[in-house]
Amino acid sequence: MYAFDYLKPSTLDDAAAALAREDAQAISGGQTLIPTLKARLAQPSALVDLTGIAEMRGIAVADGTVTIGGATCHAAVAGSAEIRAAFPALCDLAGRIGDPQVRNRGTIGGSVANNDPSACYPAAVLGTGATVVTNSREIPADEYFQGMFTTALEEGEIVTALRFPVPQKAAYAKFVQPASRFALTGVFVAKYSGGVRVAVTGASEKGVFRWAEAEAALSTEFSEGSLAGLSVPADGMIGDIHGSPDYRAHLVGVMTRRAVAAAG
Amino acid sequence: MAQVSMTVNGKAVSGEVEGRTLLVEFLRTGLGLTGTHVGCDTSQCGACVVHIDGESVKACTVFAAAADGAEITTIEGMANADGTLSVLQQAFQDHHGLQCGFCTPGMVMSAADLLKTNPSPTEHEIRDWLEGNICRCTGYHNIVKAIQAAAATMSGQAQAAE
Ligand SMILES: Cc1cc2nc3c(=O)[nH]c(=O)nc-3n(C[C@H](O)[C@H](O)[C@H](O)COP(=O)(O)OP(=O)(O)OC[C@H]3O[C@@H](n4cnc5c(N)ncnc54)[C@H](O)[C@@H]3O)c2cc1C
Ligand code: FES
Ligand code: FES
Repeated sequence: MYAFDYLKPSTLDDAAAALAREDAQAISGGQTLIPTLKARLAQPSALVDLTGIAEMRGIAVADGTVTIGGATCHAAVAGSAEIRAAFPALCDLAGRIGDPQVRNRGTIGGSVANNDPSACYPAAVLGTGATVVTNSREIPADEYFQGMFTTALEEGEIVTALRFPVPQKAAYAKFVQPASRFALTGVFVAKYSGGVRVAVTGASEKGVFRWAEAEAALSTEFSEGSLAGLSVPADGMIGDIHGSPDYRAHLVGVMTRRAVAAAG
Repeated sequence: MAQVSMTVNGKAVSGEVEGRTLLVEFLRTGLGLTGTHVGCDTSQCGACVVHIDGESVKACTVFAAAADGAEITTIEGMANADGTLSVLQQAFQDHHGLQCGFCTPGMVMSAADLLKTNPSPTEHEIRDWLEGNICRCTGYHNIVKAIQAAAATMSGQAQAAE
């Protein structure tokens, strides 16, 4: 690792000021950033630890909305009785990220800021049409994700919270890539009174995406059967030693059906 | 350099660290607590698992500065006060839950975290929990048996105490 200063502000304003420093970078759980720094793939002048900011932690469930502070770790979401009562699919997703030690450190804000093409939370955020709340604005999920590792965030902008509209039912089906523990392909399906949303992670070279045909079919009738005959093209899917583009395209269909079945 | 202070296995310690000093380096090099191992250094293997404020974490993926003010428990803090092995450690010995022993500190620290929140886990729950702990020797069966046996002994002790 290259050397850097380590700062741990306790307010958002102090964090934003620290991040204004040239080449300063945010750190939350460090479960992505520390391995990156070890590989010398980044050279920040300073790391600004966001986990000491009280207003970025915690969970609130009210008026059909689940709000999760950006610095809330995956284990806290997985174990939240409040969220489980309203939106169990989100707890299940968080509880299957990586392993227990990763879940004890990794945060929802870090995951959504990083937008790894195989990460789990982006599927839930896009699949529910959640709102990404930052220290300067609110960004709808449909505008937030802009391709792998790319988001609408400006330099130094901090994800302070995520706001999820609670669905009538939802489920996340994850085909685990066992070496990395990320999703080889994962699909989040959520049913609202206004229609169904389907978001796919792990599959596309453009990162997380919505599968419009499946959404239309499931909005007409929410059943595995209504997905019959639908498929996504292999063109533009990720191909690597773990799976070809054809295989991932196939998995999108399989995981969508499994998610619909699990949502019930 | 910055000064950090924390409680490690019940003792107050402090030291100078760089921003980039990992918690595992501070424990091993700074404090000489070499029971915590570094297997992969890429956040995959779990040989470095310690507890921060009671929760298991990978000490190779936490900065020492981030643990300032925290309570840390390492494998050196797991034995009974008289130096005998704790129930969980003894179960690893009794059930041959280790061969080379390199993964064992992480396995014990991870299992201890599991048993704290789930005192009688099923075999499936144990295997699921150990997702982040890799063992090259045992094939895991005896590790799982050791944790099941420790859970049984500990719940027997808890009942006897009531
Ligand atoms: C072994 C292993 C297995 C994993 N498995 C999975 C998995 O199955 N599914 C999955 O989704 N993820 C997985 N992860 C990734 C894990 O969930 C990370 O914790 C997460 O992606 C990043 O969160 P973090 O808090 O650790 O972020 P950090 O590593 O601290 O930061 C990541 C990036 O986001 C930026 N950042 C952090 N917080 C904020 C914020 N609040 N606002 C703006 N920018 C911010 C940082 O500057 C950095 O660029 C795994 C990681 C490991 C090591
Ligand atoms: S050394 Fe920390 S996970 Fe392998
Ligand atoms: S006993 Fe050798 S790695 Fe587990």
